[in-house]
Amino acid sequence: MQALHIAGRTFQSRLFLGTGKFGSAAAMEAAVTASGTELATVALKRIDPETGTDNLLAHLQQPGLHLLPNTSGARNAKEAVFAAQLAREALETNWLKLEIHPDPKYLMPDALETLKATEELARLGFVVLPYIHADPVLCKQLESAGTAAVMPLGSPIGTNKGLKTIDFLEIIIEQSKVPVVVDAGIGAPSDAAQAMELGADAVLVNTAIAASDNPALMATAFKLATAAGRMAYEARLAGTNRQAIASSPLTAFLQ
Amino acid sequence: MFTEIFEQYNWETVTESILAKTAADVERALARQKRNLEDFKALISPAALPYLEQMAQLSRLATQKRFGRTIQMYAPMYLSNECQNICTYCAFSLDNKIKRKTLGNAEILLEADAVKAMGYDHILLVTGEANQTVGVPYLANALRLVRSRFSNISIEVQPLDQDEYETLIAEGLYSVLVYQETYRNDTYKQHHPKGKKSNFRYRLETPDRLGKAGIHKIGLGTLIGLEDWRTDCFFTALHLSYLEKTYWQTRYSISFPRLRPIAIDQAGTTIHKDFDRYMNDKELVQLICAYRLFNEELELSLSTREEATFRDHIVPLGITSMSAGSKTNPGGYVVAPETLEQFEISDERSPAIIADMIRQQGYEPVWKDWDKTFR
Repeated sequence: MQALHIAGRTFQSRLFLGTGKFGSAAAMEAAVTASGTELATVALKRIDPETGTDNLLAHLQQPGLHLLPNTSGARNAKEAVFAAQLAREALETNWLKLEIHPDPKYLMPDALETLKATEELARLGFVVLPYIHADPVLCKQLESAGTAAVMPLGSPIGTNKGLKTIDFLEIIIEQSKVPVVVDAGIGAPSDAAQAMELGADAVLVNTAIAASDNPALMATAFKLATAAGRMAYEARLAGTNRQAIASSPLTAFLQ
Repeated sequence: MFTEIFEQYNWETVTESILAKTAADVERALARQKRNLEDFKALISPAALPYLEQMAQLSRLATQKRFGRTIQMYAPMYLSNECQNICTYCAFSLDNKIKRKTLGNAEILLEADAVKAMGYDHILLVTGEANQTVGVPYLANALRLVRSRFSNISIEVQPLDQDEYETLIAEGLYSVLVYQETYRNDTYKQHHPKGKKSNFRYRLETPDRLGKAGIHKIGLGTLIGLEDWRTDCFFTALHLSYLEKTYWQTRYSISFPRLRPIAIDQAGTTIHKDFDRYMNDKELVQLICAYRLFNEELELSLSTREEATFRDHIVPLGITSMSAGSKTNPGGYVVAPETLEQFEISDERSPAIIADMIRQQGYEPVWKDWDKTFR
């Protein structure tokens, strides 16, 4: 299985993990370990620099694991850029998952503000991974703005509905010059495998693992499914026949 | 404004339509992926009571999907019990001859430190309505005093004008809790005979003013016990639906404070009041699950008004935030523990014990879920 490269960093695992929603820090830590992930997102809003009662970061000190702070809570580019700078300081990384959702109900990403913030953050030296709609044009614009990857959603975040945007994801994957990470909505290992078979470079999973009855076991399942999907992609899936061969072929007159 | 929608409804008609819901209506509501206000009516109707276990199971699943296995922790901090209103159910009512207390700067800081020391990072500042002493300048000052200590600050104070909310938001205010108490105009007037609060419409339009001011979060609810809770909660859900569509950048939470007997210290005697429309535990569970099945993104909050056993069991059923170790009197944590409480606390366990209780159920108590960065 080929390694994944984003902004000069190499990943053996193509499964990224979200760290919210777990029933305990121990369950989160166990899931991270079981998943074999090398990149875990952490919400800036959950980080307590005074290490008060929430001690999230202490459970994410694992060898080979990089942290990807996100700007969840930002409603516009200005807030996101400010949050990014604080996150860079708090986590000592210039990697950033850019999330701008002015809509707190469905957490829909704001395309205009995301593009604006990506331009600004790339200029400031950040490695930007923006969470976006599965919008092929936006992906190309983000590329021009200097994004390190794109993270289109498979379906609304937290819904576990799978790849509802599949037709658009296929176009994005076909056109993209930067890695495509399918984010949000991946509800089952089969969804992750499907995204990888399509040619996505990685998937990001949170709810499906965190809210399962056995997060560590589910993380293992996602690890295997993500790898299986990728291997299938690299091995090239055989084509599928959509119709039976007609007994009176249209080209029979040529013989 | 919500008023235009509200005025299209008639209280009695709504009550009748809720009571007319049948088992078949409930079953259809339960079978749906997306539920509307008619489904909500079915789920809060007496016809839904036999389906309580099924509702609880669905509610738990939906809540875990959206919020994970987490419960957010917050603590109230009372700044003042001065009040110019008469509210028949409230210990701070103007006609109660109690010792009034408003915290000064040093006292606010002492209390804030005490709350912080319990582990809290989200705080709710509470006052009565006394615009001379506890008006917008006082509140803005209080926000300035505590904002370096807490990531997330809410208030539960008198309704304000839009520009006043804007002032407080600029000082770091995150959310405002403003309960309608009851959506039945006549009953509202009986319980709020005097003071600025007697203006039903001004209160009803408060969430509109908050939405226009661009607040991050609005807490809605009714005081359960003043009126038929089913009808009141239907109007809360109607209000919520309107607000979500109109102020789509704001998030919403709902509380369901059940009225409890208040203790009024008049010449050393304690008076307990009883309310006719008391809601039992089963009905409160029904309501919590109904709100969740109606709106999967809605935050649902449970205070220490409820008793320990009930709170322990309600954790996985749909709520998303809890308070613990609360004091409902100004200075209650350290400065002046003897002042009169607004209402009696039923669950007096410390935040540490509540956090353990939550963890034992496989849930993570979350203390910090906001950052000052996001103004």
